[in-house]
Amino acid sequence: MIVANRKPFEELLEFIKPYSKILLLGCNECVTVCATGGAKEVAILASELKMHREKEGRPIEIMEHVLERNCDPEYVESLKPMVGDYEMVMSMACGCGIQFVAEHYREKLVLPAVNTTFDGVTEEHGVWSERCLGCGNCILDKTLGICPVTRCAKSLFNGPCGGSQGGKCEVDKDTPCGWQLIVDRLKEMNMLDKYMEIQPLKDWSTSRDGGPRRRVREDLKI
Amino acid sequence: MSASNLEKILKSGNFAVTGECGPPRGSDAEVVRKKGAHLKGCVDGVNVTDNQTSVVRMSSMSASLILKEIGFDPIMQMVCRDRNRIAIQSDILGASALGINNLLCLSGDHQKFGDHPTAKNVYDIDSMQLIQTVKRLRDDGKFLGGEEVKGTRPDLFIGCAENPFADPFEIRAMRLAKKAAAGAQFVQTQCIFNVPKFEKWMEMVRDLGVHEKIYILAGITPCKSIGMARYMKASVPGMDVPDELIDRLKGVPKEKVAEEGIKIAIEMIQHVRQIKGVAGVHIMAIEWEEKVPEMVKAAGLYPRPQVN
Repeated sequence: MIVANRKPFEELLEFIKPYSKILLLGCNECVTVCATGGAKEVAILASELKMHREKEGRPIEIMEHVLERNCDPEYVESLKPMVGDYEMVMSMACGCGIQFVAEHYREKLVLPAVNTTFDGVTEEHGVWSERCLGCGNCILDKTLGICPVTRCAKSLFNGPCGGSQGGKCEVDKDTPCGWQLIVDRLKEMNMLDKYMEIQPLKDWSTSRDGGPRRRVREDLKI
Repeated sequence: MSASNLEKILKSGNFAVTGECGPPRGSDAEVVRKKGAHLKGCVDGVNVTDNQTSVVRMSSMSASLILKEIGFDPIMQMVCRDRNRIAIQSDILGASALGINNLLCLSGDHQKFGDHPTAKNVYDIDSMQLIQTVKRLRDDGKFLGGEEVKGTRPDLFIGCAENPFADPFEIRAMRLAKKAAAGAQFVQTQCIFNVPKFEKWMEMVRDLGVHEKIYILAGITPCKSIGMARYMKASVPGMDVPDELIDRLKGVPKEKVAEEGIKIAIEMIQHVRQIKGVAGVHIMAIEWEEKVPEMVKAAGLYPRPQVN
């Protein structure tokens, strides 16, 4: 899922400063699962903002609305009848959703209420962590299901670096060293000899370095 | 064989001594010369760090050239943090063109530790692949993209680093074997404080026969103070400073601590010299370069041999 964090409240207050009637969008997908921008979080943010503006003596009207998905035209287009009623749209969807809504409603300012952070998993209730950078050329077969591009702070293909200690990354003592995980896994699977293979240079052209990516399936086009 | 003095020293069977010179945080070449002057005649080559700990400094290539001009054999360090494969290959060609004949291939400290923690890192390639890159340019005359190097190929003695004290310990000797297989000809280890662990690592290295494929230079760092030892133990990733060492420094009067630190380092040099497979020492006297001659002399490694 795509994981996001709500932006600091002060920043959001600045965004809404000039307005008195806004649409606050949420999304039923990833941001709901990571408890950032679903119906519940939209309601909480809306009431926080309204209370604050009330206290300032400048009340604001906030329409709460949650789309099934913000990354699909059929849902985004469903906003059409209502968007015109609001001075601005603030969105708690991920960066993809925010952009897609902005693309569809060019006459409106669409502002982000969250910082989109990573593609990850729910480690446990309330804890999410990154797993995939979407480099476009998966090598999880070589590293037995642990991605060095994502889970090593230096994206080393032939790690670990000299900063791995006690299973932790030098960058953060709460972050596991990706290469320690890979070595542990190789051992578990009795495949430590694979460690001796030198991983060749990566072709980054399939990643973001090759420019914004697009996928076309001609057979699915209508 | 390259034009590297260090390579000649090692190939002629001499026990090598290398030092280190961290470039300044300004543009004054004189600072490099002054720092280097302390090492004159005491080392076979001098490492020039590349924005170590991710703190911006004069470039390693420039400082290497300044040291070359005053008679040193510079060992230019190159990290993968700040350059992609285009810049890396360009700098390799440039370094060799300036008469720099040793290149130490490193991943580099993460930028989080430095003075620009908000920077973006590169890591297009890693240190293993950097070793391969230098070897490919030098031996095959080919760029990574496949095109041929025109005319003169870089003339470099290829080095790497390894940290026997980082985890997972069991792959640290294998990792050196990988680097040797990739093309590294010499390795300088992380600072050794835990000698038994280093000996264990060397045993694993010998079991793999790697000591016959790569020259191993043991990393030596004198502790200037108890605070420095404590700091390295607590705050420098991958550093293994045993309590006994700190206790020994604590056991001498305050004004004698620095002297004791030097004494320990000298003993360390003498100790590692006896370990089979150790081909030299790399003395990292961090901001204490003036003490290197004393250490080299006391360890019986002075004067340095002249090899042609």
